[in-house]
Amino acid sequence: MKFAVLQFPGSNCDQDCITALHSFEGADAGYVWHKDTSLSGYDAVIVPGGFSYGDYLRCGAISQFSPIMGAVKEFAANGGPVLGICNGFQILCESGLLPGALVRNRDLHFLCQDVHLRVESTDSRFTKGSAVGAVLRVPIAHGEGCYFADDATLHDLQQNDQILVRYCDEHGDINQASNPNGSCLNIAGIRNREGNVFGLMPHPERACDALLGSTDGRVIFDSLLA
Amino acid sequence: MKAVVTVMPKQSVLDPQGAAVAQAMQHHGLEAVGKVRVGKSIEIDLPAGVDESKLHELCRDLLSNPVIEDYSLEIAD
Repeated sequence: MKFAVLQFPGSNCDQDCITALHSFEGADAGYVWHKDTSLSGYDAVIVPGGFSYGDYLRCGAISQFSPIMGAVKEFAANGGPVLGICNGFQILCESGLLPGALVRNRDLHFLCQDVHLRVESTDSRFTKGSAVGAVLRVPIAHGEGCYFADDATLHDLQQNDQILVRYCDEHGDINQASNPNGSCLNIAGIRNREGNVFGLMPHPERACDALLGSTDGRVIFDSLLA
Repeated sequence: MKAVVTVMPKQSVLDPQGAAVAQAMQHHGLEAVGKVRVGKSIEIDLPAGVDESKLHELCRDLLSNPVIEDYSLEIAD
């Protein structure tokens, strides 16, 4: 499976993604510049983290109009898997590929720490190798990671099993104390209704090597590659 | 001509920045301060006769995010 890792001016987790992907058997990966217009030859797309366009205006607001995003929308419409991590999640929300938006963290601080995530659904190409209730320890690094959507959208997300991971404590309990940024319903990551687009604020690519303290992020890539 | 776009967080969206500013104002002696909300103002120089509907389209699609923000557009000659 060949992954396209998009590069916008200001992306800074693109190399982490490529390095992580190369540790998986059966995964190949290449960079795709945001001014490119084709994803031909690729089987999956990763929109990586960073500060594309310096987060000017809003996080992801300008990147959504980069030439490559036309190809990403077409790729997603044809059922291709698209994974947005951190700033990539913000870009997917801004571009309308995922519902809702990411706003300033509840306590205004930039948060750089490990969090625990509870897998809420395995009904997706990204979590099918995990188990409902599994607890993953994965780092976050964001200032605008508070997931917001109106009540009707939150209702739909729940009805359609689109919430894939929620912030929890180490025992898997979901409560306000385990919600690092004030996200609605402790949401850390959601998929689109069709199940082929997944965005999350935490960084699974930084939890793929024991040397970095956790390998819990591997299940996301293993699921995709299975 | 000049356009000024004001973008504000929706009432339904938590504005922690506004809350922090309100608290700071209290600490600076204005105990009676009410709710504070922080938005942004965007000034745009334009040639005369620009299509106003195009401007609204850009306000909606680029300058604001309707999921979390409301905008108002003011055009001055």
